[in-house]
Parts: sequence; structure tokens; C-alpha cells
Amino acid sequence: MNKIKKITSYELFLPIMCFILVLLINVIKTPTFFEVSIKNGVFYGYIIDVINRASELVILAVGMTLVVASSGGTDISVGAVMSVAAALCCYILAGGQQTINAYQNPYVLGILLALVVGVVCGCFNGFLVAKMKIQPMVATLILFTAGRGIAQLITKGQITYIRVENYKLLGANIPGIPLPTTIFVVVIVVLITNIVLKKTALGLYIQSVGINAKASRLVGLKSSRIIFLTYVFCGLCAGIAGLMASSRIYSADANNIGLNMELDAILAVALGGNSLSGGKFTLLGSVIGAYTIQALTTTLYAMSVSADQLPVYKAIVVVIIVSLQSKEFKKIVRGLKDKKADGRKEEQVA
Amino acid sequence: MKKKFLCTLISVVMTTAMLAGCGGGAKPTDAPAESKTESTKETDTADQTKTETKEEDAKESGESIVVGFSQVGAESDWRTANTSSMKSTFTEENGYTLLFDDAQQKQENQIKAVRNFIQQDVDYIVIAPVTETGWDTVLKEAQDAGIPVIIVDRMVDVSDDSLYTAWVGSNFLQEGYDAADWLAQYLDKQGRGSEEINIVTLQGTIGASAQIGRTNGVEERMKDHTNWKMLERQTGEFTQARGQEVMESFLKSYDDIDVVIAENDNMAFGAIDAIKAAGKTCGPNGDIIIVSFDAVAAAFDSMIAGDMNVSVECNPLHGPRVAELIQKLEKGETVDKIAYVEEGVYPADTAEAKKPTREY
Repeated sequence: MNKIKKITSYELFLPIMCFILVLLINVIKTPTFFEVSIKNGVFYGYIIDVINRASELVILAVGMTLVVASSGGTDISVGAVMSVAAALCCYILAGGQQTINAYQNPYVLGILLALVVGVVCGCFNGFLVAKMKIQPMVATLILFTAGRGIAQLITKGQITYIRVENYKLLGANIPGIPLPTTIFVVVIVVLITNIVLKKTALGLYIQSVGINAKASRLVGLKSSRIIFLTYVFCGLCAGIAGLMASSRIYSADANNIGLNMELDAILAVALGGNSLSGGKFTLLGSVIGAYTIQALTTTLYAMSVSADQLPVYKAIVVVIIVSLQSKEFKKIVRGLKDKKADGRKEEQVA
Repeated sequence: MKKKFLCTLISVVMTTAMLAGCGGGAKPTDAPAESKTESTKETDTADQTKTETKEEDAKESGESIVVGFSQVGAESDWRTANTSSMKSTFTEENGYTLLFDDAQQKQENQIKAVRNFIQQDVDYIVIAPVTETGWDTVLKEAQDAGIPVIIVDRMVDVSDDSLYTAWVGSNFLQEGYDAADWLAQYLDKQGRGSEEINIVTLQGTIGASAQIGRTNGVEERMKDHTNWKMLERQTGEFTQARGQEVMESFLKSYDDIDVVIAENDNMAFGAIDAIKAAGKTCGPNGDIIIVSFDAVAAAFDSMIAGDMNVSVECNPLHGPRVAELIQKLEKGETVDKIAYVEEGVYPADTAEAKKPTREY
């Protein structure tokens, strides 16, 4: 009995349960969902698709979690920043041309500058939020609207194609390795972030600033700097995600890269059992949340749900998951349990 | 105490001001009517001066026709081609003066531009609308000023169809028919005319006119080919990334897909990548036939590379068709309300020859 209680009170219990719940639908509906075979020397199956396709979202969710935790607000510009990073990378590699078959500039330069532009965007957001004390949603709204415009300017309104084989590696498979490259990037990002948060006091700082920025400052923490840093990190994550998305389609499509991903990233944070008003957070919860969203999408594809009904099913599942995790629901469950326990006691007495 | 009083006073004044503002907005039918009578009066007087200057202008430039064109922006290759088609048609040599306005994806910019055109008393207004709705007022203004309006590309949704003279654009339904007809011919040639053919469709963004037209066009033709079997339709939202993702899923659900219909080229590129990753082949020499729409430059590259079988054109070159309408109107003839542009079908074997002649 105690063991069960221990498991259910574990903070990641609900997010993991929801993830399993989504996967369980497949056990009944499409049993082939869990089959993994090897084709062309790479793993092949729905599960691999889920892990692969969720990569951008996971990385965005990592950055978003910290932003939410420190400032109690969300960074809604991440999708646009993705497209700026992708546009800049392709612009540099293509040397301003529209489609190329050989790099005009070194690959590393393009990648580095794309990450730098992600960081710069993060700095801009962080400056507005931490120093100018503008509401996070309003502050990031600027890049949310302007970002795609900037990306359009960089690519001159056209889709820039990089038709070089090794540009595709980041979004596909490195020859000889059976897993998609994106998985490794995700593992690296999540691991490093987790280690930094757990091994240094940074995680604790972020939490305390999120709970009460003023009190943290009085204790001697530079609240504004911590908030600033989380936004910068979020920008960097968006940059990485943008590069992945661009590599998948070996081009920079300013209109569509990262479109609406900011909303999914926020949802991932919420599904992970994190409070959107800041403070306590679990990074792994958000990661699981991101995989849950992708698992849901892939599941619906596998179940052949028609396109016009797709959003409805998604919405229903999301509502169920979110309400399962809400405090009120937990209260009701606890109330029911107590009643049962009371009933039993009375029986025993009688 | 004084401060408090002042505060209350200010807030009272502000609320009344706001209420008044709301009140004004609540009966918009009156307000614009008033302003309209004024503006027509203004344009009347403006007309008199304008006609004088115009007559002078006409004498100088040999009766050139002034056309005001409000374009959406420059968001894609297609749009750029659309713009350059207009610009190359309405040149001084052809006897036109083109006033071009780039709305940068904003409807308010377009409305402003159209009002400017009315002010300048152009002969014709051409609009490529950003959105379908919200055009009633400004089109009425143009009608009152007696300027014919031609809509290109997207349709406008207005209460009164007489507000615009004609619409020029693509016949998406016909594109659907064309794709299905090409497929039927191709299969016949291969000797598979009566075999069972498994088809999957990557649809565009649900509700977009291109999606509806192309889906319905193919659907209607399917009735004539009972051996064609539509395994599944799913939206790829017109993007390469989604197209790839959905195709990955299709390939896992169905083992023997014969044909992929992608409702635009970008989704077809994604599908091709997914097919290759699954260890299958596509294109003229492959297992899976790829039918696509739009025929953008990158699609020709893909066909030359042997990945794509056919792309049905979505022609952005509206200029000549619009000019044709204007010439008719100049002669006082009536024109059809809906004018489609001509669109071709480009199979892979002609791609190499056609590529250099393509303008977009």
C-alpha cells in the first residue's frame, strides 16, 4: 500500500501515466504500432517516428520550461526564432543564392551563426522581460510577429534550398548509425541541461526566482540576471530546433518552419505537470509532455483519422490529460478516497 | 481629497468618452453613410479637376490606360511570378500605366492602396486580396467612383457580386480533373489500366480553396475508375515537413501504395524523402507514382532528377488574362464574371525541355 502511494506521489507519475495511456490506445487500435524493423540499416517503425519527429519539440520544451519556471511567463517567439535561425544558416551556406549544390561557406560557420542568432533573439527577449520588466508574453510577441518577417527578408521571400547530402544528416541518419541523428542531439541537450541544473545551484536559483523574485533578490540572488539567462537559453534551444527543422527539409522555408510550435512547446510544459505560473519545475516532465504530444499525432495518423476531424480528437485527449493533472481533480479523487476509507472504518466499527 | 475627486472626475470623463466611442461604433451603418456622401462630394469636385488633368495627360501619353494593382506581398516564388507577370503586361509600350502597391500581407494596406487609386482616379483597379472578407466598403467606394475592379487569385466574399467586375484565377477543380486524367492515361500506357491501383493523398490545409478543388476534382474522376482505390487522405498542411511525416505514416500502414497524390509540390518533396528513407523507389522508373500540383521551379528539378512523375500547373501568370478583360471592357463589351487562366500538365519526360522556358 505504501509502495503504491510512493509511486503515485512521485512528481512524474501523472505525465508518464498519460504518455502510457496514449500508447495504450495503439495496443488496441493498431497493434503494429510497436513493431520495429530494420530497413536500409536503420530502425524503422512508428515508435521511431514518434521519437524522431518529437525532437524539435523536446528541445523547445526544455528551453520553455526554464523560461516558465523563472519568469512565470511564456516565450511565444520560439517558432519564429527557429525560422530566423534556419533562414540565416541557409542564407550563409547558399551565399545568397536560391538553390545550391555545394556549400558557398563552411558548414560550421552557418551552424554557428544560426545558433548565435538564436542567442541574440533570446538576449532581446530576456532584456525586455528581465530589465524592462515587460510582461513576457507581450515582450516575446514582438519577435513572434517580427521574426518571420526577418526570416523572409533574409531569404528574400523565397525558399532557399541546400542540396548537399551532408546538410541532411542532422535531420536524417548518419550512415552506419541505425538511429536518427536528432535523437542524439536531444539526448545531449537534455543531459547537459539536467546536469547543469542538478549539479550546480542554478536549478534551485531558477526555482526560487520563479516562486518569489523579490525575496530571492533580498537573499542575494540577481533575479533579473537569472531570468535573462533563461530567455537566452530558450533562444539557443530555438536555434538548435530551427537547424534540425531546416535540415529535415534541406531548405529554409521562412513561412512554415516552426509554425505554431510555440503553442505545442507551452502545452508540453503544461502536460509535464509544470505550473505555468512559475516556480517548481521538472525538466523531464516537459520532455515526456513533448513526446506525449507527438505520440498523439502519430497515433491519430496511424489510426487513419481523417484530416478534418484530427484537431477535434487532439483537443479531446489534451483536455482529458490536462484535467487529470489539475489540482481540483486531485482533490476530488482524494475526497472520494477519504469517503471510502471512512466507510470502511464505519463498517469495521459496526 | 482633492486628488481623489480629480481621479474620479477623470475616470468618469474617460468612461463616458469610451461609451460615446462605443455608441458611435454600434451603429456603423449610419456613420459610413454620412462620410460616404461627403467623400463622394469630394470626389465629385476632385473628378472635375482630375478629368481636366487627365485629358492633358492623355494627350501627352497617347491615351494610356491607368491600372492600379494591389498585390499581397512577395511571400513565395509563385507570388513573385504573379507580380512580374502583371508588371511585364501593363507596360508603357503596351499602352498602360501601372501603379503598383505591395501590401506586405496586410489587408489595411490594401484598403489604403485602393482608396489611393480611387483618389488618383485610375481607370481600372486590380486586387490580389490577402483575405476573402472585409471588402464590401472599399469596393463600394470604387463602384461609386465608377472604377471597374478586377480580382485576381483569391476570391472575395462580398454581399453583392456586382461590387467587382470579374475574377481571374486558377480552376482548382479542373487541376484535379487534369491530374486524374493524366494518371489514367499513364496507367493505360503502362498496361495497368484495369489493375487495382492503391492511392494515398496528401491534402493541403483543410478548407483552403486549392485543397477543396483538387480533392474534389480527383474524387469525381475516381468514380470513372472503379479499379482505383483511395486508401487514405490526410492533410500535410502544404508543407514539406508535414508531407514527409504523414507519408512516413502511410508507408507503415500500407504495404502496396501505387500512387501518391500530393496537393502541392512541397508536400511531394517530403513524400519523396519519406519513400526513399523507407527503402522504396518513386518516379518514372520507381515503384510509386508521384502526382503533384503547382509546378514550381523546384518541381522541375525533382522531375529531372527522376523522383516525380508529373506536376499540374497552378499558373501565376495572370497579367495577359487581366489585360484581355480590360481590352474588352474598353470596347464596351461585357465580360464573364469568372475567368480562369490556362494551366498545363507537366510530366517528367518533358521537364528538361520545359525548364528553361519557365518563368517561375
